[in-house]
Amino acid sequence: MQANQVHRLRVWSVVHKWTSLIATLFLLMLCITGLPLVFDDEISDWLNPTVIAEVPAGTPAPTLDAIVATALAKHPGDVMTSLGFVKDRPAVVTHSAATPRAPLSQSHRGSYDLRTGKPTDLQAQRRGPVMTFIRELHTDMFLGLAGALFLGAMALMLIVAIVSGIVIYAPFMHRLAFGTVRKYRSARTTWLDLHNLLGIVTVAWLLAVSITGAINTLHDPVADAVRADIFRMGKAYGGSAPKQLTSVDAALATAKNALPDGKLVSFFFPGAGFSTPHHYAIFARGNQPITSQLFYAALVDAETGELTRTYEMPWYAKALLLSQPLHFGDYGGLPLKIVWALFDLVTIVVLGSGLYLWIAKWRRARKSRIAIDAVQAA
Amino acid sequence: MTSPARQSLWQIFAVPLLLALLSIAGLASALFGDDLWDAVSWLTLGALLLVAGYFAFRRSRRMG
Repeated sequence: MQANQVHRLRVWSVVHKWTSLIATLFLLMLCITGLPLVFDDEISDWLNPTVIAEVPAGTPAPTLDAIVATALAKHPGDVMTSLGFVKDRPAVVTHSAATPRAPLSQSHRGSYDLRTGKPTDLQAQRRGPVMTFIRELHTDMFLGLAGALFLGAMALMLIVAIVSGIVIYAPFMHRLAFGTVRKYRSARTTWLDLHNLLGIVTVAWLLAVSITGAINTLHDPVADAVRADIFRMGKAYGGSAPKQLTSVDAALATAKNALPDGKLVSFFFPGAGFSTPHHYAIFARGNQPITSQLFYAALVDAETGELTRTYEMPWYAKALLLSQPLHFGDYGGLPLKIVWALFDLVTIVVLGSGLYLWIAKWRRARKSRIAIDAVQAA
Repeated sequence: MTSPARQSLWQIFAVPLLLALLSIAGLASALFGDDLWDAVSWLTLGALLLVAGYFAFRRSRRMG
C-alpha cells in the first residue's frame, strides 16, 4: 500500500471515530425509543382499545354542515377552522376558534361520530401519555424545532459515520472472507468482526433510515412553506374573505370529484391552516401504494362552492412525505414492522460494539502509556 | 475464516454490494406495491437478517 493511501485511510478512520463518538449517545436513544415507536399503532390500540359501537341499520347519517353547526353552537363567537377525518374510524375531529389564525392551543376541539352526529370519544387520546413521551423524546427531545434540527445534525453525523465505515471496512477485510468472526482470538477481535459484519449487512437499511430521519426533522419548516405557498397562490384568485360560507358537504363533493380517489384527510376553512383567505382547502391521499403516502389538495371557492383549482405538493413536501414511511417502516404490514425492529436491534449492537471497541482501544493505549511512564521513572 | 491471499476491493465488496442491492429492492418494493410487493420486502430484508444471524452465530473454525 502506498504511503498516501495509508494516510487517506487514517483520515477516514479518524472521521469514523469522531462522527460516531459525537452521535452515539443520541443514536442509542433514537434506536431505543424507535423500537416501541415502530409498533406505535399496535401499542396504542392495545393500551387504549377503542370499541366502535354498532349503529342500528337505517340510522340517518348527519351532514357535515349539521356537525359544524353543532360544534359552533357549543362555542358562540367561534369560527370553524378545520375538520379532520380520523384514520380507519368513522369519526371527524372539529376545530373552531375566535379567529381563523388562532393557534391550535387556543382553539376548541370536538369529535363527532360520522354515522350519528353525536359527540364521540373514538378519537380521544389514541396515543397515551407513555407513547407520547417516547415520541417527543425521539422527535425533538422536548425542545421543539431546535431539538429536531439537532437530532437532524446527529443523523448527518451518522451518515458520515456510515460512509467512512464503508471505506475503512476494506483494510480490515483484505485477508478475511466475508462474514468471518474470529471467536478464538481476544474479545476485542470478536467484537471488531461482529461490528464489521453487522454494520456492512445493515448498511443500506441504516443509510435509508438515517437519511429519511434527517429529512423528517424538517417537517415543521416544510409544513410552514406549504402553508405559505397555498396562501400565496390563493391570493391570485382574490384574497377577500367570503361574505357567506357555502355548504361544507357540497364543497367536499366538488373536491372529491377533482381529487384522486383516496382517503380524505382534512378540510380547512377560509383563512385557517392550509387554506387561503377565500377558499376551503380539502386534502386527500392518493389511492395507489405510492400516492397514498402523499397529499393532494383542492381549493373550493367558499362563497360560490365552485372548484378553483387542485394543488399538488411541491417536490420538497413530496420528498418529506415519502421519507416518513421509509423511516417508520409502516408501509408493508406487521411483518415489515418486525423486520424494522430487528434491524433496529442489530443497529444497537453495532453502536454498542463500536463504543466498546473505542473504550477498549483507549484503555490499552492508556495502559501502555502508564507502563512506559513507569519504565522511565524507574 | 482467514483466507491467506490478499483480496482485491472487488472481492471484498462483492457480497456487501449484493446485500445492498437486495436491501434497496426490499425497501422500495413495499413502497411501490401492496400484497405480493410487501412480501418481497419481508423476504429480501428478512434474508439480510438471516445472513447476519448465520455468520454471527456460526461456530468459527480455525484455519491456518
